[in-house]
Amino acid sequence: MFATDKIFRLACFICASIIGLLMLGFFIQLICSSLIAWEEFGISFLWSSEWDPVDEKFGALPSILGTLITTTIALIIALPLSFVSALYLVDLPAVIGKILSQALDLLAAIPSVIYGMWGLFILVPIMQLHVQPFLVDTLGLAKLPFIGRFIGEYYNGFGFVTAGIILALMILPYICAIMRDIFKMTPPMLRESAFGVGCTRWETAWNIVIRYGIRGLLGGIFIGLGRALGETMAVLFVIGNMTELPLALFDSGTTIAATLANNFAEADGIQRGVLFALGLILLMMSFGIQVFAQWYLHATSANRGEER
Amino acid sequence: MANKIIARNLNFFYGKTQALFENNIEIEENKITAIIGPSGCGKSTHLRIYNRIFELYRDQKADGELIIDGENVLSKDVDVLELRRKVGMIFQKPTPFPMSVFDNVAYPMKLHFKLTKSEIADRVEKALRGASLWDEVKDKLKTSGLALSGGQQQRLCIARAIAAQPEIILMDEPTSAIDPVATLKIEELLLHLKKDYTIVIVTHNMQQASRISDYTGFFYKGRILEFDVTNNIFTNPKNKKTEEYITGRFG
Repeated sequence: MFATDKIFRLACFICASIIGLLMLGFFIQLICSSLIAWEEFGISFLWSSEWDPVDEKFGALPSILGTLITTTIALIIALPLSFVSALYLVDLPAVIGKILSQALDLLAAIPSVIYGMWGLFILVPIMQLHVQPFLVDTLGLAKLPFIGRFIGEYYNGFGFVTAGIILALMILPYICAIMRDIFKMTPPMLRESAFGVGCTRWETAWNIVIRYGIRGLLGGIFIGLGRALGETMAVLFVIGNMTELPLALFDSGTTIAATLANNFAEADGIQRGVLFALGLILLMMSFGIQVFAQWYLHATSANRGEER
Repeated sequence: MANKIIARNLNFFYGKTQALFENNIEIEENKITAIIGPSGCGKSTHLRIYNRIFELYRDQKADGELIIDGENVLSKDVDVLELRRKVGMIFQKPTPFPMSVFDNVAYPMKLHFKLTKSEIADRVEKALRGASLWDEVKDKLKTSGLALSGGQQQRLCIARAIAAQPEIILMDEPTSAIDPVATLKIEELLLHLKKDYTIVIVTHNMQQASRISDYTGFFYKGRILEFDVTNNIFTNPKNKKTEEYITGRFG
């Protein structure tokens, strides 16, 4: 082996190791810094809903639930929207398709604080004055048996739904851009054979193209999901910042990221440990989702005939 | 003898470029008709009008008449999905769907017919037998269609086309990506299939055309220069260009 190759190889090894070391370092740091909280509250920290900085009693449940609720709302809105937009983008005449594609990529570049401001000054009033009154007072959704109380009869524009909508808008360009690229990569002959056996455009997209590109599609969805889980600024503006157990969708609440951002400035001692523990939980959630995605792809790869 | 497909004055355009000029052809039922000609002469383009697959692309247009069973299928009120069920297509490369062998064949049935599970299973077996593939895949129906060999994949695509119970099968250079042994298998299969289907095959391979087809059309620069019984085309071509092409002087 040539000397230059050896050096190159060493350099590559060092650079690649840094990625692994960083990940490991984050885990170790979060675990060490949060030990104090785990020792104090034990594993029940995960499902305790108390949050009392004066008495120094803390629980993670409101933040965890808030994160899950807003992320779920965001995905429910963003997935179908980005799927159909991506399909449409691919089939548009070249010029219009290119312009819209550029717009989509630009959308992904808007800083999150701007989404937050827009949410606070535009979306929150719209929700408060138009959307929520219509849903609650006009349609009477809150009076529905059983599901009504999860919607909530009190509203002020802030809360999980508003945050979910903002998050959906933020992750939409990511998911949509990846889906668009996957649809473009599908071999024309495969699409033609689907049409050739009598598929409609929808059947081709839904039954053939999705299967063909599932790996990339899931990748795109998880990038969006990861972003929604950890997004801080935009959520902070519109979630209402109440560290209480969420009871209804229109309630104000918090997410892990929002709780961290709201509290770390004045936190010390045990509260600092608590925040690190929340950070660890967030990291574990993202990590768990990645692992699940990889496992799912692996478990279903035989159905698609991929080499293992 | 009945004409299954009649093309009258077919013209075809890619945007403003005209690719086919006044194509006239009559294709007989339960025969194999081969379309030969040099690259870029419009063979595939001509074939792609038969099931209107070209309509997927915004700037492609055909005019003229294409009559299948007495009906002009280029007219607006034709049910395109039904047309594509009736006119199956096989492509240059095998294009199995990313699903199991069984589902590849079952999928078009589910699109077009309401069947019970056991009816589907019966018809899948029948279609796979029809494509001489059953014995090779009966133990691996659940594995992906993409895991088969190239020749098997192409026969799977033929089974998939048969599954929709078509009357016509279009083949666009179906063996161009397949090894010689697998090619022979598919040629044998075609001779077998013509009892039930009308087959139109575009091919680059003149031996293939002379081996399997009953009629041959010679395309040149978007026009059909000669159309006749295959034997006549290869032994006694009337057109000078045809003669030059089949004797290998260009192409």
